[in-house]
Amino acid sequence: MRIGGPVAIRNQVYGWLLLTPAAFLLVAFTHYPAVATLAQSFFTQGTALHPSKFIEFENYRFMFDDPVFWKVFRNNAIYSSITVPTSIAFAILMAIWVNEKLPLRGLVRMAYFTPTILPMIAVANIWLFFYTPEIGLLDQILGRFGFQSPNWLGNTDTVLGCVIVLAIWKDAGFFMIFYLAALQSLPVELEEAARLEGASRWYYFRRVTFPLLMPTTLFVMINSLINSFKLIDHLFILTKGGPDNASSLLLYYIYEVAFSFLDQAYASTLTVVLLALLALLAVGQFTILDKRIHYR
Amino acid sequence: MSRIEVVSLVKEWNGTRAVDNLSFVVPEGTFTVLLGPSGCGKSTTLRMIAGLEDVTAGRVLIGGKDVTRADPAKRQVSMVFQSYALFPHLSVAENILFGLKVRKIAAAERDKRLKRVAGVVGLEDFLDRKPAQLSGGQRQRVALARAIVAEYPVCLMDEPLSNLDAKLRGEMRSEIRDLQRKLGMTMVYVTHDQTEAMSMADQVVLMKDGVCEQIGTPDDLYNRPSTAFVARFLGMPPMNVIRLACGAQGCRVAGLESDGSVTVEAGDGWLLGVRPEDIALDPSCGIPGQAIAVDYLGADSVVRIALGEQQIIARVAGHCQLGSGQPIRVSWTPAVQHLFDDQGRRVA
Ligand SMILES: Nc1ncnc2c1ncn2[C@@H]1O[C@H](COP(=O)(O)OP(=O)(O)OP(=O)(O)O)[C@@H](O)[C@H]1O
Ligand SMILES: [Mg+2]
Repeated sequence: MRIGGPVAIRNQVYGWLLLTPAAFLLVAFTHYPAVATLAQSFFTQGTALHPSKFIEFENYRFMFDDPVFWKVFRNNAIYSSITVPTSIAFAILMAIWVNEKLPLRGLVRMAYFTPTILPMIAVANIWLFFYTPEIGLLDQILGRFGFQSPNWLGNTDTVLGCVIVLAIWKDAGFFMIFYLAALQSLPVELEEAARLEGASRWYYFRRVTFPLLMPTTLFVMINSLINSFKLIDHLFILTKGGPDNASSLLLYYIYEVAFSFLDQAYASTLTVVLLALLALLAVGQFTILDKRIHYR
Repeated sequence: MSRIEVVSLVKEWNGTRAVDNLSFVVPEGTFTVLLGPSGCGKSTTLRMIAGLEDVTAGRVLIGGKDVTRADPAKRQVSMVFQSYALFPHLSVAENILFGLKVRKIAAAERDKRLKRVAGVVGLEDFLDRKPAQLSGGQRQRVALARAIVAEYPVCLMDEPLSNLDAKLRGEMRSEIRDLQRKLGMTMVYVTHDQTEAMSMADQVVLMKDGVCEQIGTPDDLYNRPSTAFVARFLGMPPMNVIRLACGAQGCRVAGLESDGSVTVEAGDGWLLGVRPEDIALDPSCGIPGQAIAVDYLGADSVVRIALGEQQIIARVAGHCQLGSGQPIRVSWTPAVQHLFDDQGRRVA
């Protein structure tokens, strides 16, 4: 067959035809919106009277001067830097615990996994019941012991903490499944060899289990970091970002800007920044940690 | 103080017995081999001595102390696992020194021991590698080094040489043996390779289906097998075990007429054992048979012969030129005969 012959051309056309539906969907719903978002961040929000116009980095400059952005950014930083390590620590602990030979092991595993299969909205409703003043579970328990409890979700000091606890509760069980799978792929002889040498369980965990779990940890870490930026469903139920933006996170703020304040242009700007931030974090984690991880 | 005593040891898994009433003693500083076919409970026995497997019944004593329920760390035993059990993320050196670090042995002493043991197993050039970058045999040697470096009085090894080539295996065999003697270690060594058992052991415990068939020196097992199973298990090629038919006129090879008679006093259905090298081939006198096949091995030939519907093997010097189907007569002197009753137990 000659290159460029009629058969080759037909094959090419055939191939493109096969690809077209998928390519069309991908472009229409992924690539175009992404590019459009980036483009939009360089324009003003157009209205009937004032058509949108190109303003270079004006939106970004506005963002730097926006105190709400910085507040939300700080909230998200605190939120991420607490939920990620804590849910990982809990996940490892739970995985090790349910990996042992304990009675009703299947039931315990399932119990830990339950929060994961619940929709975030349902989870938020459950926790709303915990946190509600007067009739909430926390208040009732504390009240029984004679403590005066704060209005958990109405107080700027406690509200972010409440949201963090919920996120950990939701995530830890999910990550536990990954750790459990990784733990079960470790040969039991390793632990036996260490036991014969007299290694304590903690020493074995520190020197063997944890390093061998590092690939899982990296995976889980990136996932939970991304989750901490992109999962905000609970805010709609629990706090709506309040009071005074004390529990608002970046994505929630973007939602507010776009759909409550109807400023698509500024929302696009914030989105671009959020994406850049996530990309940076992921790249950073991969390059720093990857060198120190042992892959089997 | 490292004599090992195993008393009526039993291990059950959901009702099935992997080890059944096993008893033996390993005197201090000696080398005992647990030998037997695959799945007979060798590893299980070893793991019970190490404390890695719960004992169903019976006792394990090390140095006179009952350690049946003791923690593995308290037993002062080192072990080479059948699957090596190397830590994949640690280098060879770190793997070898793992236990010494656990026990907080000084760095200078660690280095000294590492150097010595690396020399013994020939791993000097690989100390910085990860296990994944080693061949199977090299990994096995790391596992070996990790057990030796502990310098515990008791060392347990589970088929430590199974992945080495013939030459290296021979070398390591004598290395392990020398080391064991030099350090005065009490060694229990699992293998299903009879050459290893015969060449290394002071004492062999031959097992079958969790039951001990015979305990003794390699010499005992080879020259005075106490059951037909032991007789068939040892030797290259193994001993011929021929079924006898005995009546008023004396004993014959079962399935043959009066020309198959043998000079032995036995009951009907008893078994007669003759080593292949003790069988003489002769065209004129002896029990008539037919050659089936000849394997030429260089110094000698292994001839398969049909006696009626039974088959035996003879080992003769030089290149045997018998063709398939050719008639031949076999004979042996009564002195080389082993006699087993119909249950396979040794009679004479
Ligand atoms: N964890 C277990 N659960 C149930 N049965 C087991 C278990 N481990 C071993 N067995 C059974 O116990 C018997 C003895 O096993 P063991 O590993 O001791 O054999 P082995 O003599 O070491 O064999 P090999 O030479 O193949 O290593 C086998 O029949 C095996 O199926
Ligand atoms: Mg085994």
